[in-house]
Amino acid sequence: MNDMSHQVPTVATLHFEGASVVHRGQVLLRPLTLSLSDERCTLVMGPNGAGKSLLLRLAHGLLTPSAGRVHWQGGAPRQAMVFQRPVLLKRSALDNLTYALAVNGTPWQSRKNLARKALEHFGLAHLEKRPARVLSGGEQQRLALARAWLLDPEVLFLDEPTAALDPASIRAVEEAVRDFHRRGTRIVMTTHDLHQARRLADDVVLLHEGSLVEHSAAATFFTTPSSPTARAFIEGELVW
Amino acid sequence: MTASDNAFSTALALILGLDDTLLGIVSLSLQVSLTAVLLAALVALPLGAALALWRFPGRSAIIVVLNAFMGLPPVVAGLTVYLLLSRAGPLGQFGLLFTPSAMVVAQVLLILPIIAALTRQQVEELHGEYREQLQSLGVSRLRRIPTLLWDARFGLLTVILAGFGRASAEVGAVMIVGGNIDGVTRVMTTAIVLETSKGNLPLALGLGLVLLALVTLINAGAYLVGETARRRLG
Repeated sequence: MNDMSHQVPTVATLHFEGASVVHRGQVLLRPLTLSLSDERCTLVMGPNGAGKSLLLRLAHGLLTPSAGRVHWQGGAPRQAMVFQRPVLLKRSALDNLTYALAVNGTPWQSRKNLARKALEHFGLAHLEKRPARVLSGGEQQRLALARAWLLDPEVLFLDEPTAALDPASIRAVEEAVRDFHRRGTRIVMTTHDLHQARRLADDVVLLHEGSLVEHSAAATFFTTPSSPTARAFIEGELVW
Repeated sequence: MTASDNAFSTALALILGLDDTLLGIVSLSLQVSLTAVLLAALVALPLGAALALWRFPGRSAIIVVLNAFMGLPPVVAGLTVYLLLSRAGPLGQFGLLFTPSAMVVAQVLLILPIIAALTRQQVEELHGEYREQLQSLGVSRLRRIPTLLWDARFGLLTVILAGFGRASAEVGAVMIVGGNIDGVTRVMTTAIVLETSKGNLPLALGLGLVLLALVTLINAGAYLVGETARRRLG
């Protein structure tokens, strides 16, 4: 996505101001100060337990920080989130999509049409009547992406969307992420896959043991990281 | 044991011959219990779901009371409804005592806690799985009630059938508030009690067989629905 250069509407800037998460006396995320601006694809990286998912949940508003604050400068934009294990309703693939449209207030006459188009876009048209819960892992994740697509988000959060998928499905998910980005959606995604980060990232946020280690442009991060932790991480020396 | 052998064959003859008395009793039983289940479910399903979704002071107390009332002795439920509906009671003016309506009220009191408590458990479990996604989609709590009830539909059908089983099988409550009046408030369970004490074993046994068949049928239905759902919906 580093090569993308076109006109997209500006998205509000997300500010973390000393935001931290403490659970039962345990500090899970140390006070974090970070701003995410521009229409970029930000990859949040770090070993398991580094606080990547927490950062995403704070950003999306699923969690409120124990201290500090998280806010959007200029008002919260339309957002959607795709989880590591997609949460689909116990209904058909099509009904999962029309439900999301119903919730966001789309008139019922146009719901089915829009949902079918999204299924087609993500190569799921032949599965529209199938119960969503019996689809394969890759199909479920694509359905979750189709649902997010329908909500036309200005910002899309993805929490390790490819962690449990086979290579073909990973490619499909990454292609979908590029599609979103092309449409002007700002991407914030967590991963612990360095190759994936190289393929997708405009900028990288590295977390380690609940602290922000580095936030820099992808080109800088992968070639000349400023911190020893980041160097160790890139060279694969950091213990997961 | 020729007496009970005879009773058994006479009972079968009554069932297969579609005996009028027997049919009347069975149909009243079904009417009363189905109405009770319908009314109880209409209240208990949203109530259980709301209890699963909202946190408020006194919530735990309500849950404990509901759980305790799942085992409410039918005679106590009957006595309570009797006191409420009797001439001198607060609802005496409606003249409902010793009518099928009174029996419906007593059965609703018995099964409403069962359906509400089990609904709360199932919905709470499902919501644990859905919570972040629904929050992400911006679904309001009120909106989550029908969403979760629909997605838990197969489990809840079993819950409702459990309520129906309890309603159709209990005898104490309907005996007290219905009075076991022939042709008016006589249902299967009260008739069995009466016919047994009268020594009319064929009718008692015939009713017993019908009741047993009904309960088995309901359980088979619940099992089938559950299995089909598990297989088809994952």
